[in-house]
Amino acid sequence: MNDKIKIIAGLIIFVAICLSPFFMGLGSDSNKGPDPVISETAKKKGKCILEKTEMAKQHMVILDQWRNSVVRDAQRVYTTKDGKRFDMSLSNTCLDCHDNKKEFCDRCHDYASVTPYCWDCHINPKEVK
Amino acid sequence: MKNNRRDFLKIAGVAAIGAAVKPATSAYAIGEQFVPEGQAENKSSVKKATKWGVVIDTNKLTKELMHKISKACHLEHNVPDEKNIENEDHRNPNHEIKWIWGEEFKHAFTDKTDRYLADKFEHIEIPVLCNHCVNPSCVKACPTKATFSREDGIVLMDFHRCIGCRFCMAACPFGSRSFNFKDPRPGIKKHNKKFPTRMKGVVEKCNLCAERLAVGKNPVCMEVSEGAITIGDLENETSDFRKLLKDNYTIRRKQSLGTEPSVYYIV
Ligand code: HEC
Ligand code: HEC
Ligand code: HEC
Repeated sequence: MNDKIKIIAGLIIFVAICLSPFFMGLGSDSNKGPDPVISETAKKKGKCILEKTEMAKQHMVILDQWRNSVVRDAQRVYTTKDGKRFDMSLSNTCLDCHDNKKEFCDRCHDYASVTPYCWDCHINPKEVK
Repeated sequence: MKNNRRDFLKIAGVAAIGAAVKPATSAYAIGEQFVPEGQAENKSSVKKATKWGVVIDTNKLTKELMHKISKACHLEHNVPDEKNIENEDHRNPNHEIKWIWGEEFKHAFTDKTDRYLADKFEHIEIPVLCNHCVNPSCVKACPTKATFSREDGIVLMDFHRCIGCRFCMAACPFGSRSFNFKDPRPGIKKHNKKFPTRMKGVVEKCNLCAERLAVGKNPVCMEVSEGAITIGDLENETSDFRKLLKDNYTIRRKQSLGTEPSVYYIV
């Protein structure tokens, strides 16, 4: 029973070692997250399809809905909740405002480790002849 | 004890049915997410028909015109050309992709090969393309519903769902479909930035310019064909399009197979 102090000290050291990565991470910027650049063009052309935070969460769903409505129902006009109209097109609407795919879409996706296969077919107007 | 067991079995039975039905209903829903009601609509200029059809007047055709039609379509839809591939070792005539192209009469109409064919057919090529059949065998063959019959009669591909199994190519009696054996982009010299390319491993074919009809334009082939190609509504009896069919004798390709092609040839 006299080892009580030793045991507690040992435990504290053990826990401290286990938590050390978290303490060392504090204050460094290795955990900052991606910082996608909203291009000047996008700012000039105005609001996105949804609010910014919603867009970050929902854009893949919207794109999925768009392509089904376009390809299956020939519907090409999208009306946002506040009445703005957009042509439903990945290359010609999203990338028309977000004309910096590398600093915008790609930066986020690299961070999140997603590689949408869309660009195997869909053209980035800036990259092709 | 006895009662408890009965109850347990009842609940287990109901749960088993539920477990069996749930995946079946969600499987049906896969990829069927559409824009919510009221937020998506057609462009006001959209061209609509009850059943789209095509009439091709072979009397107005020349080989040069055929070449021009094919080229215009392929440019519009980013269809690759083997000749554009820089590295000659990578060119392969078997990898050719075609949406609309010219065939000799005897190859286009395999069941109408007369021994003494009218002279005029020796000098032209018959434009062949997807027939947008009323009973399309490709649609029945497609395991993912990537190829489907749209209500207005266009047999369309949803490239997003194509897994490249090529059942549709085996099923199509007209050879209207091509497979991307390799990345098509090196074969495209100049891109139409309004239309996507395809990728290695998917099948493709004529879409009757669905993307142009949706914004009120006629198909490219019709526009450059100097009157040889006309599209219209097969079910609109009073249209000029139907008048073409009334005034002329027309044939269709491999009619005996029963796929009911929507492409009619004036011969
Ligand atoms: C009219 C121009 C415009 C169009 C079209 C547009 N966006 Fe945006 N988008 C913006 C602007 C501006 C912002 C920044 C919003 C803000 O700061 O409030 C933004 C924000 C976003 C964000 C959030 C970025 C972040 O840092 O969280 C995503 C994701 C996004 N857009 C994706 C898309 C996609 C995908 C499409 C096509 C479906 C699209 N946008 C179409 C202008 C546009
Ligand atoms: C704010 C960060 C952010 C920005 C900016 C962003 N994305 Fe994304 N995107 C994500 C994340 C995170 C996912 C993965 C979501 C998941 O897997 O649940 C994703 C997924 C997707 C997917 C689905 C991929 C798949 O394989 O299912 C598509 C398509 C997509 N993004 C398109 C775009 C396009 C186009 C743009 C630029 C116009 C863009 N995104 C900009 C964060 C972003
Ligand atoms: C195999 C090639 C291919 C791939 C891969 C592909 N698409 Fe498409 N997509 C097409 C074609 C072809 C169309 C039809 C274009 C038309 O009718 O204008 C289309 C249409 C669309 C449309 C509507 C029209 C337009 O101009 O954008 C959207 C939105 C879309 N796709 C989103 C996506 C997204 C998001 C991905 C990736 C998750 C993706 N696509 C991957 C070929 C492809």
